Amino acid sequence: MKENKVRFKEKLFEIVGVLCLLFVLTFLFSIILKLFLDGLHRIFDLKFYTSYPSRFPQEAGILSAWVDTIYVMIGAIFWSIFLGVPAGIYLEEFGGKGRLARIIEANITNLSAVPSIVYGLLALGIFVYRFKFGESILTAGLTLGLLMLPVIVVTTRESLRRIPRAIREGAYALGATNYELVFHHLLPYSIGGILTGVIIATSRAIGETAPLLTIGALTFIAFLPPPPWEDFIGMLKSPFTFLPIQIFNWVSRPQEAFHKNAAAAGFVLLVLCLILNSVSYYLRYKMRKKYQW
Amino acid sequence: MKSEIKIKVEKLNFYYGNFKALKEISFPIFKNKVTAIIGPSGCGKSTLLRCFNRMHDLYPGNRYEGRILLYPEELNIATNGAEPLYIRMRIGMVFQKPNPFPKSVFENVAYGLKIKGITNKKVLEERVEKALRDAALWDEVKDRLKENAYSLSGGQQQRLCIARAIAVEPEVLLFDEPTSALDPISTAKIEDLIVKLKEKMTIVIVTHNMQQAARISDYTAFMYLGELIEFGSTEKIFTYPENKLTEDYISGKFG
Amino acid sequence: MRIETKKKLDLIFKGFLVLTAFTSILVTIGIVIALLEDTIRFFNHPEGGGFPSSLIRFFTEKEWTPTFVTKKIGILPLLCGTFLIAGIAMCISVPLGLLIAVYLSEFASHRVKEAVKPWLDFLEAIPTVVYGYFALLGVTPLLQWFFRKFDIEVQGMNALSPGIVLGVMILPFTASLVEDSLRGVPHYLREASYSLGASKLKTAFGVVIPAAKSGIIAAYLLGASRAVGETMVVAVAAGMYPNLTLNPLEPVQTITGYIVQVALGDLPFLSFEYLSIFAAGFLLFLLSLFFNLMAIYVKSKVERY
Repeated sequence: MKENKVRFKEKLFEIVGVLCLLFVLTFLFSIILKLFLDGLHRIFDLKFYTSYPSRFPQEAGILSAWVDTIYVMIGAIFWSIFLGVPAGIYLEEFGGKGRLARIIEANITNLSAVPSIVYGLLALGIFVYRFKFGESILTAGLTLGLLMLPVIVVTTRESLRRIPRAIREGAYALGATNYELVFHHLLPYSIGGILTGVIIATSRAIGETAPLLTIGALTFIAFLPPPPWEDFIGMLKSPFTFLPIQIFNWVSRPQEAFHKNAAAAGFVLLVLCLILNSVSYYLRYKMRKKYQW
Repeated sequence: MKSEIKIKVEKLNFYYGNFKALKEISFPIFKNKVTAIIGPSGCGKSTLLRCFNRMHDLYPGNRYEGRILLYPEELNIATNGAEPLYIRMRIGMVFQKPNPFPKSVFENVAYGLKIKGITNKKVLEERVEKALRDAALWDEVKDRLKENAYSLSGGQQQRLCIARAIAVEPEVLLFDEPTSALDPISTAKIEDLIVKLKEKMTIVIVTHNMQQAARISDYTAFMYLGELIEFGSTEKIFTYPENKLTEDYISGKFG
Repeated sequence: MRIETKKKLDLIFKGFLVLTAFTSILVTIGIVIALLEDTIRFFNHPEGGGFPSSLIRFFTEKEWTPTFVTKKIGILPLLCGTFLIAGIAMCISVPLGLLIAVYLSEFASHRVKEAVKPWLDFLEAIPTVVYGYFALLGVTPLLQWFFRKFDIEVQGMNALSPGIVLGVMILPFTASLVEDSLRGVPHYLREASYSLGASKLKTAFGVVIPAAKSGIIAAYLLGASRAVGETMVVAVAAGMYPNLTLNPLEPVQTITGYIVQVALGDLPFLSFEYLSIFAAGFLLFLLSLFFNLMAIYVKSKVERY
């Protein structure tokens, strides 16, 4: 009698658990479906990808948005790797239990929890006005790069931690220096994990809107930045827009026709994030298989 | 036969932070001989071995006192003035567990040469082959040089690590319980190898296996609780130990 | 290469590493300087009444209109909007997060976990502006339709819809943190409970959850920090009207929503409007810092087994 009741309760809880999961997954799929259905006409309209924004919803496209997004993200990825990977190596390999390392560590934990719009204020106050970088691709890339930094530092450390100590001792015992150890061994063996982190951080940064709004991302840009191989500085200084900002602009307009554009652009962004996430999963899986310590 | 001294340890103290792990150790290591360091676990034998190539420098909070003189020029290893990079190129090490790099067999053996600055492909190939032959591994891997080192068996991996260490032709080679992770057949091969290698270099081996020490070493140092209890020729230590503690240990009364 | 050259290279290399690690501190310093300096300017600005009366007005006035001609600078409506939406989000996120985490860590089979995890990760990777779109054009119409049955009018901009969406949005984050702390409970505690004849359910709620409670609370504090700092969902769906209300069916404005609204306009450097977003941002920074430090503190009190 009592046993049956216990079993019934357990089954009931399992059903509740599954229902909760189903609710969340339904939510996820309704988002995807809603965007897809709303944006259907524009998603399969080639002109949508080759046109600049316009006053007429039917003619408006995301050309400047996706081109600028690529420029900004290349900058962001550059800065986050350039600053994040060495910082991760320092904290994991050479920082030890020193005071400086502990402070930096706590600081990075805190930075990862700072709201993204605060980074936007940092960029506006410091990069735009104090450093005079202007409301440019350079500022945008730097801002998103800093936003990505904590993720890169943490994943770099995690992938280094997976390399056994014996490998380090083996290299040192042959007379290797620290930089030789890092470049010949630690980086090659952890590159997969680091790359996974970079991709995850990229997929998050590419969906960021708030920090770029404050530094004056334009929503109506009818030109592309000069190609970097012709005018690198000009490219860096060029005003910019960003795919999520274009979406935000369209969604906040009253006309429904613009909402369709927002949905289509949102779907494109979503597919991009899905691809990036899948690649990171695949990479992680492959690296686990390649180096089984 | 008069033996030449290769390393002389003089009143060596070693601290992990505040903990004194080695106490007033003094003994000689003779050239082209195998010196075994034995003792129960935790007696400091591995700690002593790692002083010789300054491996302790990798971790903070360690301190040396006393002298470890490397002959012929009587270079004191145990001071900050001595350059660990330089010492490690002259004194190689083989670890408890095989630790090849996850690279090809060839790259593993060539690695020490590469960081010494040898880039000539022909020279590298010659030296790698020589090292693999000296490590009695050449016949087994000569067709697999491009394969990942992790595809080798455990015993082969350990011989690969020996090849990696001897490729740079060190004057001294340190072994830290090199066979404790291996099966008896692989162990026998490595013991034969060690005996052969002493013609070319000086060997110091830490082992917890007394039979092994008796089989391959010329001199034996017995350590207990961070102190050197007795040092002498292996024959003497195993037949007429002077100290009661040594006698108890080698006769298996504790360990 | 000579050893001396190598030593020098090694020193340069290490210096470079330290320098990059140090940039993270510079970022923090930059944030504090940017926010603090302009916040001080805001409170000294004549249009706000100057210090100290501006500070008093900041905390006592009941309207927030720095962009209007008559400037009221009471932060209360923005705080109220922020906490109203974050509160709704936590109402969704706390129970659902706990149930999902307990189900996944204690009941679900390995295969279910493997199948569900990537989708939860994906939910976390969806751009926030897309969530905003869904809140405005998906959830709000649904709520309007639902409440009309009870003759209740829901405005096109309201606090409820972004609150709900925000709750689901932070769910994967909180659920995975909760799950981590549940998994951190040693197995022998569960076994001890089973050996006394307790059921799986009783073990989960009577033993595992209490044992992991500090980790769970820390997870929710971090979730709350995210909910308070989230921008795009509220900027799209909650409205642009600072409203001192607790009615979730009315439009409200959050701190983040205000910053977005002002940032969309033209911002003359050091104008009162410009300074006001830094004052608001500084408060937001302090709020999220408070939640994060609380989380760290609670976690440091973790039970030792």
